[in-house]
Amino acid sequence: MNPAAMGRSPATRLGLWLAGLALGGVLWVAAYSHLGEFADAVIGVFGLSRRTPLGEAVHFFFYDTPKVLLLLTGIVFVIGVVQTFFSPERTRALLSGRREGLGNVLAASLGIVTPFCSCSAVPLFIGFLSAGVPLGVTFSFLISAPMVNEVALVLLFGMFGWQVAGLYLGMGLLVAIVAGLVIGRLKMERYLEDWVQQILSGQMAQAVGEQLSWLERLQVGAAHVREIVGKVWPYVLAGIGLGAGIHGYVPEDFMAAFMGRDVWWAVPAAVLLGVPMYTNAAGIIPIVEALIGKGAALGTVLAFMMAVFALSAPEMIIMRKALKPTLIATFAAVVATGILLVGYVFNWLL
Amino acid sequence: MHNIKVLGTGCANCRATVALIEAVAREKGVAITLEKVESLPEIMRHGVMSTPGVVIDGRVVHAGGVPARSKVEGWL
Repeated sequence: MNPAAMGRSPATRLGLWLAGLALGGVLWVAAYSHLGEFADAVIGVFGLSRRTPLGEAVHFFFYDTPKVLLLLTGIVFVIGVVQTFFSPERTRALLSGRREGLGNVLAASLGIVTPFCSCSAVPLFIGFLSAGVPLGVTFSFLISAPMVNEVALVLLFGMFGWQVAGLYLGMGLLVAIVAGLVIGRLKMERYLEDWVQQILSGQMAQAVGEQLSWLERLQVGAAHVREIVGKVWPYVLAGIGLGAGIHGYVPEDFMAAFMGRDVWWAVPAAVLLGVPMYTNAAGIIPIVEALIGKGAALGTVLAFMMAVFALSAPEMIIMRKALKPTLIATFAAVVATGILLVGYVFNWLL
Repeated sequence: MHNIKVLGTGCANCRATVALIEAVAREKGVAITLEKVESLPEIMRHGVMSTPGVVIDGRVVHAGGVPARSKVEGWL
């Protein structure tokens, strides 16, 4: 925080924030609408032409990097502010006592806007259950929260347009809702670890969320940008760099042979490949774009992304502290089946 | 003398929170006992759902993310 602002009243500081945001917004729009000119100018400076592989790769890099970073900064800020309205405590209160069905839909949707970190997956899980959120509804939330995340949606929107981002959003929610419903139907409460069952049978303190002012919400948004963009930008650069190389040099339809829509085993292979990977959306999507550009099927690639986010091995190891192996295995099997179906349906439809 | 507990299962944010509270306490010359709670049943007993959480003298004052410095200064 800058020392000059410390002495000012909250109202003045909020005013300064809003003025800064308005200015930032104008600059953002101005920059975003000149991306093509910028990339053209850069290859012009290097004396390259887009007709050569090198020129095409460099253009790709200097077009996509500012575009993705701009989108990321803007959306992460907005989501950061929105998230202050959906603390885990608030979400839990909204879900508490909901019946299955509608509860699963609500839980999966709230998974998008509730701040979530896999390091607190277990406390969140138990916190939900202890407040009377059914097991299946809790799972809908836990599947949706990492999978349908804002970084993935921003990048899909930036690189493939709103249709693909919308499809990913819809399919991600569908997998989370249906998987939660199935797990709820299987009545697996006894496969929670004993210490969890003990906590659930007793009384647990229910911490309440804090009230924030608008100034604090904006500060949280800015902190969210610093945290997320600060963490993912090297991956964005690396991902786009790799994507640019593939874009310029790998022959057209190279990927079609083993990631194309006619290869029936490509979807399960993509899901299996996604499990041990634990990466953030930013690193993966530029590569994904380049793969699709060279003939990989969209359904296969989306299935791969969903598996990376929703079925990551490190997260399952964390959840193992609270769930017995049978429940973990059921969770993995149900979610994997859902993702496989999404992959096949996409490849078949598109 | 305040008894402060930081609840969290060893993530980077939890370590940052411990370090921040130590630094602020040292700066202000406030005597505290700082304890890091990593056991999940213990964390759950406080009803905290997002880590790191901060408990001062048995009361949860913060949950989810590293607290702002000004907030920590307010507690001490």
